[in-house]
Amino acid sequence: MSSAFDRIADIIAENSEVKREDITPDSHVINDLGIDSLDFLDIVFAIDKEFGIKVPVEQWTQEVNAGKAPAEQYFVMKNLAARIEELVAAKGQG
Amino acid sequence: MRLEHFLMVDRILAIEGEEIRAESTTPDTSPVFEGHFPGHPLMPGVLLVETMAQAAGWLLLALNGFSRMPFLASVKEAKFRAFVGPGAPLAITARRIHDGSGYAVAAARIESAGKRICDAEITLRTMPFPAPDLEAAMRARAAAIGLAVPA
Repeated sequence: MSSAFDRIADIIAENSEVKREDITPDSHVINDLGIDSLDFLDIVFAIDKEFGIKVPVEQWTQEVNAGKAPAEQYFVMKNLAARIEELVAAKGQG
Repeated sequence: MRLEHFLMVDRILAIEGEEIRAESTTPDTSPVFEGHFPGHPLMPGVLLVETMAQAAGWLLLALNGFSRMPFLASVKEAKFRAFVGPGAPLAITARRIHDGSGYAVAAARIESAGKRICDAEITLRTMPFPAPDLEAAMRARAAAIGLAVPA
């Protein structure tokens, strides 16, 4: 099984104009890759389906907007992959 | 249907689980038909998409208890399989196939007299009502078309 990072990077490349080779663990999904909100919606839908989870984007966005969490915690690729792995693990425990 | 007012759903028949069934009748006359097309009136495909999107929207409103307003975000795999003219009965269905964070995806279709007219995958963002007047208007319209409105 590919890593969460690779699976997410593949999804981003398939659902946007970003080239797969341009996506690195340190890429910020919005600032570096330039994903707009509509493409991001498609990407989240694809991630939800791929991993069988519900990515809590609204909660993450609220935390960032309220200054309770840095955007990098959720939107830099390696961290996004870690968050997804946590969600998958939590689902397995539930 | 009042095409000029974007009132696309005439009546909600049922909501069962994740699916809504609704019906409408295309108007006998409309300025829309005068232009689309002169001498050969047809429902524009974009208005059929709007009809499917509104049915999906009513479904989400019902499922979320009118707490969040759905807005059309994307339309995929839209296929128009048969023409629809004035005075045609439409059977509209939409089924939520994914409930995401701040969005939902529905598979929708329209049939007329048992014939499939069109289908599409509709994505709607859901967000808190941006204006009290909009929420009041949606609740009033829901009541008028037979959708139960929570207090």
